[in-house]
Amino acid sequence: MTNAQLISQDPGWIIALKGLIIFAACVFLTIMSVWGERRIVARMQQRSGPNRVGKFGLLQALVDGVKLALKEDLIPKAADRIVFVIAPIISTTACFMAFAVIPMTGPVNFFGQQTAMQLTDLSVGVLYVLAIASVGVYGIVLAGWSSGSTYPLLGGLRSSAQVISYEVAMGLSLVAVFIYAGSMSTSEIVAAQDQWWYAVVLFPSFVIYAISMVGETNRAPFDLAEAEGELVGGFHTEYSSLKFALFFLSEYVNIIAVSALATTLFLGGYRALPGLGFTEQWLGGWFTLVWFFVKVLAFFFVFVWLRGTLPRLRYDQFMKFGWKVLIPFSLVWILVVATLRVMSQQNAPQALIFAFVFTVALLYLAVTSLIDRQKTKISEAAKIIDTTQPSFPVPAIPTSRAEQLNG
Amino acid sequence: MADELLPRHEEFGLAKADQSKAPITDHSSASFPKQLLGFWVTFKTMFKKVNTVQYPEVKEPTAERFHGRHQLNRHPDGLEKCIGCELCAWACPADAIYVEGADNKEGEQFSPGERYGKVYQINYLRCIFCGLCIEACPTRALTMTNEYELADSTRGKLIFEKDDLLGPLRAGMVPPPHPMYPNTDDGNYYRGEVTGSHPSQGVAKDD
Repeated sequence: MTNAQLISQDPGWIIALKGLIIFAACVFLTIMSVWGERRIVARMQQRSGPNRVGKFGLLQALVDGVKLALKEDLIPKAADRIVFVIAPIISTTACFMAFAVIPMTGPVNFFGQQTAMQLTDLSVGVLYVLAIASVGVYGIVLAGWSSGSTYPLLGGLRSSAQVISYEVAMGLSLVAVFIYAGSMSTSEIVAAQDQWWYAVVLFPSFVIYAISMVGETNRAPFDLAEAEGELVGGFHTEYSSLKFALFFLSEYVNIIAVSALATTLFLGGYRALPGLGFTEQWLGGWFTLVWFFVKVLAFFFVFVWLRGTLPRLRYDQFMKFGWKVLIPFSLVWILVVATLRVMSQQNAPQALIFAFVFTVALLYLAVTSLIDRQKTKISEAAKIIDTTQPSFPVPAIPTSRAEQLNG
Repeated sequence: MADELLPRHEEFGLAKADQSKAPITDHSSASFPKQLLGFWVTFKTMFKKVNTVQYPEVKEPTAERFHGRHQLNRHPDGLEKCIGCELCAWACPADAIYVEGADNKEGEQFSPGERYGKVYQINYLRCIFCGLCIEACPTRALTMTNEYELADSTRGKLIFEKDDLLGPLRAGMVPPPHPMYPNTDDGNYYRGEVTGSHPSQGVAKDD
């Protein structure tokens, strides 16, 4: 029985319980990941990080949350009160909803009921995640606009432009997965990866997704929306107390959500690592949950690693990278993948497939070398420009020391 | 000179700058793999010894001549060195010191010579710990300790009075006021010829 069939038999109380568990797990993961991020970044800078509250500072994020909740909740006079309150709610709700279609285990026994830890299995599950992610952008835009202040507005605009442009690249990187899996349902995509992970088969797609998921979640080095040096806090500058906490929560849940999606689409989801397939039967199938979270947390570590290593990009370079590099590249890649897929489905001869791959590789080399030549031409042209004779009148350059002194 | 400075790299557990591996200097696209070396740097650092000092529990000693809280010193017989000249107050660029001098009277002698500091206050909300007061003091009455934990909850508590600043009475010292050592004048005190108290000055503190 497939996951979809299993889930469709769930009684109402199991669905409610699953929803609750997903919500609780997300909040718990957020709290722990805030702590984990601070500890890891600290270690990367040879500091020790929060270590005061609880053992190893484990309760730090919880205490910070309590502190935020106890702070004064300010609404600026110039703010649009209704939108100002709704924005963080939209943001938070959207990021939690993405988790509904993520399969976290294979078939397991859940309080005597055979089911899988996945709230629902839509046949267009991944599209649903993309749609929900776009709704999350509304939270950011509305927060920036309704604050009635300059920096949040700029931050909100930046953020929305960024998320929208990287969503295009993200969506395109997923197309190759759809083509290979023959489905948009998350559980079927996981099932289709029983031989090879798509991170291996569709490596370029994986790289594009990995880059665009960082852009999508407004994280370093793409955290232009909250560039502290330029925009104070970005879209959430005017927010305080629990409303700020909601944005904070949604940022981290978002990270976990895109990591979970990446795990599902590219790293075989809840499946064990290659060669460890026997562990999937442990604890009556519940051990797959461990594999799922190991992979998600590995992605989270990469997020933290990026933050600890790279400086923030300049805004125009960032947009240029998204529109002029990632999107064209993924379009060409989709073309190649689609052609290869059709060839293998039509039982094309091996020689033809090799010839196609060879041609594509040759074309790629030709285009990149042309681009390189153009670049060197431009940089050399820049060198030749004669700087000694400007087009406007300038005083003569003094030639002797006496001239210099006396003018 | 440069060689003397190098060991500080080791002190902080940092690798010596290696020019051959530095990924920063070359910005051309050919150096992209080199730029990825940065990830290795941060990853490697995670396993190095942490430099953080767990401050309230672990206290690292300060530098020997660290400018900390002030102290008003005493002569070996217990008399105060401060003569209330106010030179420290005049030297202070932050106007943190307030001194009121008074005459030593028969039977009420606080310092050798004519005058002593009757009121002595240092406002640690103003003090910038520059040490000009120490340089100005003609009798070495005012010096600085290495004590740096000076935070408090009210402004009033951070104005230190003479009692807070006076150095402790060591063994052999008699708490003033008491007369000067028999058959001496203040010159003997300043030349260091008085090395302890005399029974006639009062009961000395035990060891």
